[in-house]
Amino acid sequence: MDILSWFVAIPVLTVMAILFAKDLKQTRIISAIGMSAQLGLTTWLVYAYLAERAAGNAAAWLFKYDVTWFTSLNIHYTVGVDGISVAMIALTSVVIFAGVFASWRTDYLPREFFISLILLSSGVFGFFISLDLFTMFLFYEIAVIPMYLLIGIWGTGPKEYSAMKLTLMLMGGSALIMVGLLGVYFNSAPAGQQLTFNLNEIAANGIPVVAQQFFFPMLFLGFGVLGALFPFHTWSPDGHASAPTAVSMLHAGVLMKLGGYGAFRVAIYLMPEAAQDQAWIFIILTSVSVVYGAFGAVVQKDLKYINAYSSVSHCGLVLFAILMMNQTALNGAILQMISHGLMTALFFALIGMIYGRTHTRMINEMGGLMKVLPFLGVAYVIAGLASLGLPGLSGFVAEMTIFVGAYQHTDLFHRFVTIMATTSIVVTAVYILRVVGVLLFGPIRDEHHLHLTDATWWERLSTVTLITAIAAVGIFPLWLSDMINFSLRPIVERIVAAL
Amino acid sequence: MTNYSYTLFIPLIPLAMFLLIGLTGHKFKPIVSGYAGTLGLTVAAFLSYITAIRYFFIEGAVDGTYPMIKAVSTVWLRFTDTLHIDLGVLIDPISVMMLVVITTVSLMVHLYSLGYMKGERGFARFYAFLSLFSFSMLGLVLATNIFQMYIFWELVGVSSFLLIGFYYEKPSAVAASKKAFIVTRFADLGFLIGILMLSFTTDTFDFKTLTSLDGPIITSTAGASFMGLSVITWSLIFIFIGGAGKSAMFPLHIWLPDAMEGPTPVSALIHAATMVVAGVYLVARLFPAYAIAAPDALHVVGYVGGFTSLFAAVIAITQIDIKRVLAFSTMSQIGYMMMSLGVSGYGDHEGLGYMASMFHLFTHAMFKALLFLGAGAIIHAVHSNNMTDMGGLRKYMPITHITFLIACLTIAGIPPLSGFWSKDEILAAALHHNPILFGIGFGVAGLTAFYMFRLYYNIFWGTDRHYHHTPHEAPAIMTFPLLFLAVASVFSGFLPFSHMVTSDGKPFEAHTDMLVAIPSVVIALIGITFATIMYKKPSTIPDRLAGSIKGLYKASLNKFWFDEIYLFVTKRVIFAYISRPIAWFDRHVVDATMNLVGWTVTTASNKIKGLQSGQLQQYAMVFVSSVVILVLLFVYLISK
Repeated sequence: MDILSWFVAIPVLTVMAILFAKDLKQTRIISAIGMSAQLGLTTWLVYAYLAERAAGNAAAWLFKYDVTWFTSLNIHYTVGVDGISVAMIALTSVVIFAGVFASWRTDYLPREFFISLILLSSGVFGFFISLDLFTMFLFYEIAVIPMYLLIGIWGTGPKEYSAMKLTLMLMGGSALIMVGLLGVYFNSAPAGQQLTFNLNEIAANGIPVVAQQFFFPMLFLGFGVLGALFPFHTWSPDGHASAPTAVSMLHAGVLMKLGGYGAFRVAIYLMPEAAQDQAWIFIILTSVSVVYGAFGAVVQKDLKYINAYSSVSHCGLVLFAILMMNQTALNGAILQMISHGLMTALFFALIGMIYGRTHTRMINEMGGLMKVLPFLGVAYVIAGLASLGLPGLSGFVAEMTIFVGAYQHTDLFHRFVTIMATTSIVVTAVYILRVVGVLLFGPIRDEHHLHLTDATWWERLSTVTLITAIAAVGIFPLWLSDMINFSLRPIVERIVAAL
Repeated sequence: MTNYSYTLFIPLIPLAMFLLIGLTGHKFKPIVSGYAGTLGLTVAAFLSYITAIRYFFIEGAVDGTYPMIKAVSTVWLRFTDTLHIDLGVLIDPISVMMLVVITTVSLMVHLYSLGYMKGERGFARFYAFLSLFSFSMLGLVLATNIFQMYIFWELVGVSSFLLIGFYYEKPSAVAASKKAFIVTRFADLGFLIGILMLSFTTDTFDFKTLTSLDGPIITSTAGASFMGLSVITWSLIFIFIGGAGKSAMFPLHIWLPDAMEGPTPVSALIHAATMVVAGVYLVARLFPAYAIAAPDALHVVGYVGGFTSLFAAVIAITQIDIKRVLAFSTMSQIGYMMMSLGVSGYGDHEGLGYMASMFHLFTHAMFKALLFLGAGAIIHAVHSNNMTDMGGLRKYMPITHITFLIACLTIAGIPPLSGFWSKDEILAAALHHNPILFGIGFGVAGLTAFYMFRLYYNIFWGTDRHYHHTPHEAPAIMTFPLLFLAVASVFSGFLPFSHMVTSDGKPFEAHTDMLVAIPSVVIALIGITFATIMYKKPSTIPDRLAGSIKGLYKASLNKFWFDEIYLFVTKRVIFAYISRPIAWFDRHVVDATMNLVGWTVTTASNKIKGLQSGQLQQYAMVFVSSVVILVLLFVYLISK
């Protein structure tokens, strides 16, 4: 079997192994082994990828593998990676690894929980390695569907409502994506030639501009829903609030990135002409997302709502940067996906750990937790600092790349929205410091909280993994940024040529 | 050219100490962390002194100019082919001078805190943060490019946040730390936009290129303009906003007085001697750009500085909390430095203001750190920040008393102490370039002498208060830094600054201008005299005076209500008028629309689900009646 397919195979094998597990203990050990193997494989992939590039292999896609799947419609199982997908795979492995440890003590139906969770991750991995649009969509659905069960069964609060809302809104997005993909498929080749789902072949053939104008908005919106594009973001606060810890982590950390990745790789890359024409509409929506999400977070009282609105703001920045369509901004978009994925996963992990102790997520019912939970408190502060873009942590690298990239456009419209987007760094500081100030500092609000115990070893492992990744990206961003840049170059040339 | 690559270790040693103490500090006795931090800083200070001696005295000026040397530089992050953030070390007169200032004051604060913070919970954390701050501040001054400066600019901001909020269980400290961070963050937004504009126009972040006389800024011809000012001017104004935020310039000053919630050694280090002068340093760093390419931006700097110095001095007169008096005094003195830059030209004697500003930065760091550390010793002894709880302390604390007096005389500008020399140069520069600013500076000199001696007499003279236990002198570990800084305050005025730190790197001869020196000493003496009459012995004059100018007194006491204005902006505008409506809109409009869609579908399907009831008779009925209707319809249509 080729190397990339293992990324789908390992989760599937893990799921199968869990079926034979007897209890929680075995389940989580199997999950931990499986996801550790996945993380190890990822490390190897990053290494192998960089080694290939260092050896001078300049092909756009490495480790390619292709099997015909359904001849009459020319559907293939085609996989391959470039610098961008390697980065996304690395993100996913880290988050799912941390997620397994964060849900170490799932006592209600643990086997089913871990099965759904890991199955979901296999969909995500499949999505990132696919080069065939049909396969990509298939994996996309695999990733989205288990979410319904995970929230509906293991969630808290109005979980059925939230699960239904989230799933239906994302399905609405899926419907748009499917129509869009079919539109792309039927325009994928000149008349009389074999139609194709293959990303590169479609790009080489080019889609007629008239068709682009029609299908671009569908695809961008469809993926945009998953990327929490205003005004289709309202599944996010409710969904995250009800979801169990690991699911929030994976959803905000990785699944929302499928939206950004898809919007970039499918919508923008395949239909650059329409993207150039229509970008302004979506730029307005995304810059609204950025500011609106940030202000929305300022007054929330539930930790998860704060983080959900913060995600709207940060993911808005991803889509915003994608629409800027130049090398620097696109690089920033990918970096922001990585960065947001890591720090939001950290946030949700910590919120879950705090909730598990205090049984509340309302910040006004907590206070002074730093004193009783120093480890979790420090980790929360670090997550907060990453979120508000402190240099040395990942957020800064991503945001600055985006802002510098966006500022390369010289017209007044782009200047205006860029400056508007930059104001979010101040508002972010406001809501982050508000939470930190109320939740961690000050006197202890509730005397029951005096006897809480600090993080256990699995919680520490989960947290430290994420913090390490955040710091690694924040302190040594060059290798990641160069890896992404290399693969972006041909894509940007294609987009620029469409101007 | 000399190899300065070892200077990399000056910031890296404190960083290593931060990581070491932060990660392992809790495993040892707290005092170990204190020693580790102090040791690290000692090494850094030693390296800094060596660098200064080598740079200024051994190597000296090359061809009459002090060179700007990039000792270390490596690409950290690439934006475009030409724009990339480098991390490195830049050695030039001002960065070397700042190395000396930072490591000296930081080392003194490290020593002092061994006594002052003894027995505090979080002693190790305190030293970890001090090391983090020292690292960030050193990285800031050594920055080779504007983006590196921005990086460390943010890092000093966060260290300041952490240290102001050191007593995190105290709500006022938490609020103050939050305020400091958010206000400076807001200013940093200006800085960032300025950087974006500047880098887009010039296609570089590099200081050496930006400030070189044949670089893109200075050679640029007008270019696009907005409201009559060029892009360069606008970008430099925006960058100055960042500097104004950090340096607590009006109207972004409100965070500084509150920042006094932090432990007093922190106030001495961060909020008096080093971080708050970062804004001055920033303008000085880009000075050729300001002076040659954007004189309009430099005027802004000058006027903001001048106004702040007056504004803060007026407030300092009425404050009761001794640390706040010092905080407003700091604002006022930094305003002086900004003003001095604002009235400076470029090159040779024209650059007197620039030299004076850097000179004053240096001397101010010494005497203001001394004042704060002295204040710390006093607070330590009487357990209060308010001068109403103090009086007659000269008997109990002789060393603190003498060193504090020296510092007061220095800041008042009495010759031959250092403050006199640097202030004199500032006033001389102002007199020749801008009479209005000279007038302000002159007045502020008198006010400064007055409020400092008001402070001095209230603490050390006047009546004895009822103390819980007899105040006693601080331990030697705390008085040594006081003595050291007192010596520095006395003698640093004799440093030949005009031979070392000048706007164009070329030494020039600065003369003491008697026309300025004599009046400025006279007005300082007048200020001191007034303070002596009013405060040396208990007297009713202050109250009567306050009564006669009630409005102004109240305005000054309430800091011109700026806190209230800001509170209105944050609590009302941001929370009540923007965020809450957005949150409401999101729930009740956007989300409700989505729910409406869902509701419509559910309702509609409820309505039509009756069609599929599963009852055979009903289906048969519908079938038959439909057939009948259709048959009738067809018959009708055909017959027609």
